[in-house]
Amino acid sequence: MNSRVGYIAFNTFREAVRDRVLYNLIAFALLLSGAAILVGEISIDIERLVVVNLGLTAVSLFGVIIAIFIGIGLVSKEIEKRTLYTVLSRPVRRWEFVVGKFFGLTGTLVVNTVCMALGVFLALLYVSHKFEKMDQWVLVALYFIVLQFFIVCALALFFSSFSTPLMSAVFTFALFVIGSLAEDLRGFARITHGLGGWLATGIAYLVPNFSALNVISQVAHGDPVAGRLILYNTAYALLYSAMAISGAVLIFQRRNLK
Amino acid sequence: MESENWKPNFTIRFNSTQTPSKELGSSRIIMAAIEILDLEKSYLVGFWRKRPKLALRPLRLTVEEGEVFGFLGPNGAGKTTTLKLLMGLVFPTAGTARILGKELDDPAVKSQIGFLPEQPYFYDHLTARELLNYYGQLSGVPAKGRAARVEQMLERVGLSGSASVQLRKFSKGMLQRVGLAQAILHDPKLVFLDEPMSGLDPMGRREVRDLIQQLRSEGKTVFFSTHILSDAEALCDRVAVIHQGELRGVGAVADLTSGTQGKIEIIFYAAKVPAGLTALGAVARISGDMVNAVLPEEQQDAALELLRRERLKLISLAPVRNSLEEYYIQRLQPTDVEKEDEEDEARNEENRKGVGV
Repeated sequence: MNSRVGYIAFNTFREAVRDRVLYNLIAFALLLSGAAILVGEISIDIERLVVVNLGLTAVSLFGVIIAIFIGIGLVSKEIEKRTLYTVLSRPVRRWEFVVGKFFGLTGTLVVNTVCMALGVFLALLYVSHKFEKMDQWVLVALYFIVLQFFIVCALALFFSSFSTPLMSAVFTFALFVIGSLAEDLRGFARITHGLGGWLATGIAYLVPNFSALNVISQVAHGDPVAGRLILYNTAYALLYSAMAISGAVLIFQRRNLK
Repeated sequence: MESENWKPNFTIRFNSTQTPSKELGSSRIIMAAIEILDLEKSYLVGFWRKRPKLALRPLRLTVEEGEVFGFLGPNGAGKTTTLKLLMGLVFPTAGTARILGKELDDPAVKSQIGFLPEQPYFYDHLTARELLNYYGQLSGVPAKGRAARVEQMLERVGLSGSASVQLRKFSKGMLQRVGLAQAILHDPKLVFLDEPMSGLDPMGRREVRDLIQQLRSEGKTVFFSTHILSDAEALCDRVAVIHQGELRGVGAVADLTSGTQGKIEIIFYAAKVPAGLTALGAVARISGDMVNAVLPEEQQDAALELLRRERLKLISLAPVRNSLEEYYIQRLQPTDVEKEDEEDEARNEENRKGVGV
C-alpha cells in the first residue's frame, strides 16, 4: 500500500477509536450475553441456531450502521471542518485521500467484527459447551459480512463525494435494503417481459447483491458454504467496492473545496 | 569528477512573461517563487437558473524568491480564493500559475510549500505532537529525525508544554500556533499564510511577526494575506491590493511609504492653538500640553516664525510621509469603469421600477 494511503487510513482508524465508535461493542456484548443466557434457559436443542442467527445479524446490523454513519462523513466532514485543506496542500493526491479514508473505515470495521466474532464464539461455547466442526462456517458468514461492509463503505463514500450527508445516508441505506433483496429482484426480472423486464433486470444487476453475501441462516443450520461461492463473493465485493471508490475518486478529483 | 563538483554560483530565470529583473547585473538572479498567469475563478450561483459569479478576475502577479509578500484586501476581496487556487483546493476557470517554476498540479511542488489556512481546523482527536507527526509523514519528512523535528517546531511556536494535549482542548490562539508549526514543519521553501494574525492576542501577533521575519532571514519566501495594514507595513517587501476579485495595485512597501505628501507635521508645547497657525492652513489638535499641527510644506518658515514670535517651544518638525494605509484606501476607490458600471446598474434599476409602475 502507498505509504500516504496507509498514514491516512491509520489516522481515520485512530479517529474512529477515539470518537468511541468501538463502544458499540459494549451494547453488542450485553445483547449477546443476555440472549445466550435467555436462550440457554428457554430453548430446547435450538440454542446454537438462535445464537448464530442473532449474533451474526447483530454483527451485520451494527457494522452497517457504523459503515453508513461514518462513511457518509468521511469526506464531507473533512470539507466542512476544513481539515482537508492542510492535507491536500501537502504532496497527497486526492485519490490517496479517498482510498486512505476507505481503508481506515474498513479497518475499523474489521477490528470491530473480530471483537464481535469473539463474542459470538464465546456465546456459542456457553450454549453448546464445545465447538463443533460446522462452526467453521460461521467464520465464512463473518467473512461475507466483512465483504458487505466493504461495499457499504464504498457506497457511502461514493454518495458523500457529491451529496449531502443526509441524502448520502438515505441513498446508501436504500441500496443496502434493496441489495438485500437482490435475489428476489433478479427472480422478478426473470419472469417480467418487455420494457419492465429490461428495467427490472438492469436494476437487479446494478444494485449490490447483498443477499448472495448473506449466509447467516444457512450456517446457523450448520450447512456448509460452497468454495465457489466464497471465491465469487470475494471477487464480486472487491470489484463492486473498487468501482464505487473509483466513482468517488473521479467526482472528488474535480470538486472545488469551497 | 570536476563536472559533478562544479556548481553555478548564480541562477537565471527564464520567464517569458516578464522582463529581466533588476538583479541582472549582480551575481545572482532571483527566481520567481510564484507566477500567477491570468488566473481566474467564477462560481455558478443560483438555485434554478445558475449564473456565473466572478470571484477572481484574471490575476497576473509575480512573487520573487526570498520576498515577504503581503496580499491585502478587505474581507471577500478574493484573497482566500487566490490562495485556494494556488493550493489546488479549487480549480481555475481560466489561466494558470507556476510555483517554484513548476505547474500547480506537479506533486513535487507540494513538498516545497507550507500552508496555513484562515481560521485553521485540525483533527481534534489528535494531540499537537501527533498532528505534527502525521503531517510530517504526509509531507515526506523522513522517519529518522521526524520526532526531533516535531519537538523543534513545538518549541518554536511555544507549545512544548501542551504537546500531549488533544487539540479539542486548545484555544483559538493555540490552534493558530499549531497551524504555523504545521506550515513550516517540513522546511518548505515557500510559505502561504492566510490571515496568520487572525485570532491572536497582541503577544501572539508579535510572535507571528517575529516568525515571519525569521523565515525571511532563512531565505524563505512568505506570501501572506491580511487586512491588518500595520503588519503588512512592518513585514512586507512588496504588497498587492485586491478588491472585488480584481488586482488594484502592486508595489514595494519602501517605495509606497518613502514619498511625502507636501505637508509637514510640527509638535510644540502650548495650551491652545495659536490663532495665526490656522490662518496658515494648519489642521491642529491639542494633546495634553502639546499641540500637533499639520500644514502645507511651503508654510514651514512662516509657522516657525510664528512659534518664535509667540515664544513657544518646538518639540519636532517632520515631513508627513505616505503610509500604506493611504495607498490601500486609494486603491480601494472605485475605478472609472466601476463607476460607469454602477451608474448603468442604477439606471437599469430605475428603468425596471419605471416599467413596474
